[in-house]
Amino acid sequence: MTNLLTIDMNMTNTDTNTAADMESIEIRKDQLQLTPAAVPDKGVLLGFLRQMLLIREFEVRTMQAYQNRLIGGFCHIYIGQEAIAVGTIAAVNPDDPIVLAYRDHGHALARGMDPKYCMAEMFGRIGGCAKGKGGSMHMFDADHYLYGGHGIVGAQTPLGAGLAFATKYEDEVINGGKSNHVTLCYMGDGALNQGCFYEAMNLASLQDLPVIFVLENNRYSMGTSIERGTSMAHDLRVKSEAHGIHHAIVDGKNVISTYQDFSSIADWCREESRPFFVEAQTYRYKGHSMSDPRKYRTREEEANEESKDCIDILENFLMEEHDVTQDSVKQMARQVKAQVLQAVEWAKNSPEAPIEELYTDVYTDVWGPYLGTSKPEMLRGEGSEQ
Amino acid sequence: MSVATAERVIEFRDALREAMSEEMRKDKRVFLLGEEVAEYNGAYKVSKGMLDEFGAKRVIDTPISESGFSGMAIGAAMRGLRPIVEFMSWSFSLVAADPILNNAAKMLYMSGGQFGCPIVFRGNNGAGGQLASTHSWCVESMYANIPGLKMAIPYDAYDAKGLLKTAIQDDNPVFFLESERLLSTTCHVPEEEYTVPFGQAIVRRAGTDCTIISFGRPLHFCLKAAGELAKEGIECEVVDGRTIRPLDIDSMVESVRKTNACVIVDQSWSFASIGSEIAAQIHAICFDDLDNRVYRVHSDDVPTPYAHNLEQAYLPNARKICEAVRQATYNV
Repeated sequence: MTNLLTIDMNMTNTDTNTAADMESIEIRKDQLQLTPAAVPDKGVLLGFLRQMLLIREFEVRTMQAYQNRLIGGFCHIYIGQEAIAVGTIAAVNPDDPIVLAYRDHGHALARGMDPKYCMAEMFGRIGGCAKGKGGSMHMFDADHYLYGGHGIVGAQTPLGAGLAFATKYEDEVINGGKSNHVTLCYMGDGALNQGCFYEAMNLASLQDLPVIFVLENNRYSMGTSIERGTSMAHDLRVKSEAHGIHHAIVDGKNVISTYQDFSSIADWCREESRPFFVEAQTYRYKGHSMSDPRKYRTREEEANEESKDCIDILENFLMEEHDVTQDSVKQMARQVKAQVLQAVEWAKNSPEAPIEELYTDVYTDVWGPYLGTSKPEMLRGEGSEQ
Repeated sequence: MSVATAERVIEFRDALREAMSEEMRKDKRVFLLGEEVAEYNGAYKVSKGMLDEFGAKRVIDTPISESGFSGMAIGAAMRGLRPIVEFMSWSFSLVAADPILNNAAKMLYMSGGQFGCPIVFRGNNGAGGQLASTHSWCVESMYANIPGLKMAIPYDAYDAKGLLKTAIQDDNPVFFLESERLLSTTCHVPEEEYTVPFGQAIVRRAGTDCTIISFGRPLHFCLKAAGELAKEGIECEVVDGRTIRPLDIDSMVESVRKTNACVIVDQSWSFASIGSEIAAQIHAICFDDLDNRVYRVHSDDVPTPYAHNLEQAYLPNARKICEAVRQATYNV
């Protein structure tokens, strides 16, 4: 666990530069030092554990449902990365906007979406969060300030800047106060190679937008390792330094330190109304999508990564520091499993969308063949007794 | 209407600015962003003086990054703000194709009705005069293909103001296509507040022999052609569609049922175009009313040339429209 989170704005990459280079480069001294938040208490940590178990169980059942052809299209599994969604979302306020890429089930659950709406969306049923119109890659939840998973790599990064622009504009221009929100904009390492990400960072820096670009670096964009797809992969600080945006690395397998580091970063962004670039180092256990045979990496590498599992790390901490027993963890896992199985059943029983839904939500108003718009069941709060 | 009001004549660009400023005074959620809109007073002086009135938080200069600032504005619109995004030219919107087409147009649908996108993208569309192919895009046919967006093309200063106010008040993404060649044109624009509704075509000149359907700048060529054809005894009815989504096909059909002949003038390329779409609809609905097939006038099916004589040969003009009307009415 880090005691002091040092965010290095030093332009010099000490790993690769020679001494001669060091002498010829003017070294900037604008280091930012933030103190990580305290380790959360046992109750909070048990909450983290429950959420991580929920996401993992949900993803296992998602894969099963996909294999049983209850889910179609592209489907991206979050197993291995759970600590990032849980640790980062816990570190901000419930009304701080978040926007995602397409590996989005975990974040939706961590933000508070009922798993049944998430599962029904993938089943293409009317009870889905987007009435079955978006599928796996497009989880939206207005009540939880979740502005969508987005299927085009990097496309969510200007949207994230825009959400931060909006909260700042609302706080300052409309409400006449001080900017008091921070937006989390998640991205995979593949998005590092999209131009719109650099435009988004440039705008965020110019406009002093309180947005955190959360890079979930799982080291592969589909089948391309980060070294093959991204220049300076060994030192991603340079990506944000070019825009005067502070950068930090967090251990994306450790939900406790992720939460601690991220809390202080989010507080700083909120206070200063400035962007940040956080690299959370992680690994996805499964393929890029359900059809990926993972021939681009070794089984040894996978086994090594899985031996440092984010759920194991938290379980071990709770057992050592808080006398949590194996039995109580198993009991929690059983509860979570029951919850997910219920969600699967609910999704199976959710009706298919009526054909009229083809022509709703195209426009807000009624004209020509278009039928106006309506909110999904999730927001109307119907069927919430389950 | 008072005499004083009737006498008020302003430029197309002033009408655009009035529409934006009036809506910004009424609604703090409305703001303007784009390249050179603030300190430079607008590349074409459309936003002149707006920075002084509304300040830098609501009239925002962006760097040259259409993809980034379009996406940023869409993110803001998802929260319920109402951005107006100025493209210096719609030609530059091509580098923002993903956000404006994938995000703005589809957000409401993809989110199952949760997040709309009340946003206006506006700027110059069409050949500005010897700008060559990359800067002379007519985007209407390409973008009109996409459900989820609305599209308006004003013909004069009156419509520029009335349609733009409707666009800003609309809860859906609106693509608003202006013409650099019309910005300095003038007409009567009343002092009183008004809007021009979407989906209501207007007859710019009444006639009995042939319907000419068009949008925006080419309407001026249509009216010139109609004047010349009248000397030959051919009376044309010129219909301004005003908006492409929604398309007021009913008014077009009504005119064709009266004239039994139809010419469509569309400044974009002919293949899979506004012109071909309206022709298909007219053929389908007015099959028994037409005395001849529908004729179309487009830009030639080549990249826009730079050379003055080639560009003039390439664009729709009154001569080409006259020829098409003579063909459609068997006056050849």
